[in-house]
Amino acid sequence: MEIPYTYKPRPDTGLYNAKVGIWLFLASEIMLFGALFSAYILLRVSAPVGFWPDVGLAWPRGLLNIPIGTFNTAVLITSSVTVVLAWASLKMNNFARFRVYMVITVLCAFAFLGIKSFEYNDKFSHYVIRLQDGKALTGHIEVDGKHPRFWNFSDQWSVAKLADQKVTKIKVEVDPERDMNGHVKAHGSHDHEVREVAVSDIVSLSSYTPATHPFFAVYFLITALHGLHVLGGALVLGYFAFPGAKMWKSNPEQFINRIEVGGLFWHFVDLVWIFLFPVVYLL
Amino acid sequence: MSQHSDSTSDSHGGDDHDHDIAAHVRTYLIIFGALLIGTVLTVAMYYVDFSSMALTVAIALFIASIKAFLVAGYFMHLLSEKKLVYGVLVLSAIFFVGLMGLTLWGSNDLPRNSTTKTLYVP
Repeated sequence: MEIPYTYKPRPDTGLYNAKVGIWLFLASEIMLFGALFSAYILLRVSAPVGFWPDVGLAWPRGLLNIPIGTFNTAVLITSSVTVVLAWASLKMNNFARFRVYMVITVLCAFAFLGIKSFEYNDKFSHYVIRLQDGKALTGHIEVDGKHPRFWNFSDQWSVAKLADQKVTKIKVEVDPERDMNGHVKAHGSHDHEVREVAVSDIVSLSSYTPATHPFFAVYFLITALHGLHVLGGALVLGYFAFPGAKMWKSNPEQFINRIEVGGLFWHFVDLVWIFLFPVVYLL
Repeated sequence: MSQHSDSTSDSHGGDDHDHDIAAHVRTYLIIFGALLIGTVLTVAMYYVDFSSMALTVAIALFIASIKAFLVAGYFMHLLSEKKLVYGVLVLSAIFFVGLMGLTLWGSNDLPRNSTTKTLYVP
């Protein structure tokens, strides 16, 4: 059975079916991410005084790694332009160039995910430590000469667990001090001071996980969902670049449409990041 | 923007058509440059102290909106789309604005600026 309008536009709407489909899907995606951004706003404005931003730590503005985030933004923008250039190459009947652009797009997608997991690892092994004297500090910690890593959940430390394992002292690579705008204070320079902290002086200690602060909860939720979109998009575009490309021989018009629809999804993923980047990294 | 959205109007090929697409490719590259500049600008604004968080947020979202317009308008061809797509997006826009409106409205009911100073202990 042949489905009508799979590649010919319907006479009444002027659109082929898949294009209507992708736009309906993207409309629902706008609401999905919109709801999560709304959650971010409510968590932020309803936070008790001294909590977001945090008085002791000038949290969480500027907490994420801005140079890495900027680089990742550029990677995603590059992949967005290459996917539209891939589509344009097909329109100009240049399959070889199409494939080059698609490969660049997929490589950019995996580069983005690789950089993001590097950031995730850094956060899961980064700790906030509240001390008895009311002060707070942040940094990577060293317990018994070992740096905890995120892929090993037994490496996640808490005060109770430190006491349990009879650890009396930990080393903290203290982060440079920040002002209330989240900017690193000038005198702090870049070298990390390593300080020894007695476990008996610590009120609480937790890594940058969702439970530590609502910022992390919403940050991990939205960026992970966005990351899944990047992964899904990369798989589909990768499929079109190689096994799915045989359709170029059998039905070129439908194949061009597929690339256009896949590209529309990919641009949407880029669009979400355009808002996500300033919201979680810069504001 | 011209008629490139009729992607199925003729078989690929034909000099005029190729020429048309080649012009689009130039546009795409210009937009690419603009998006990179926009990104640098967004990050640069972070280092400027506007002394008001509301203003900082407004500027960041303004730049992001321009970037979003460029991506949606040119890469997604929204500037020359068919009516039905606009119809779908207008509905989406109404609900999105409604959602954000309710969010801002609701945020006035939350204990913002509460005088209770909380020391957070995880």
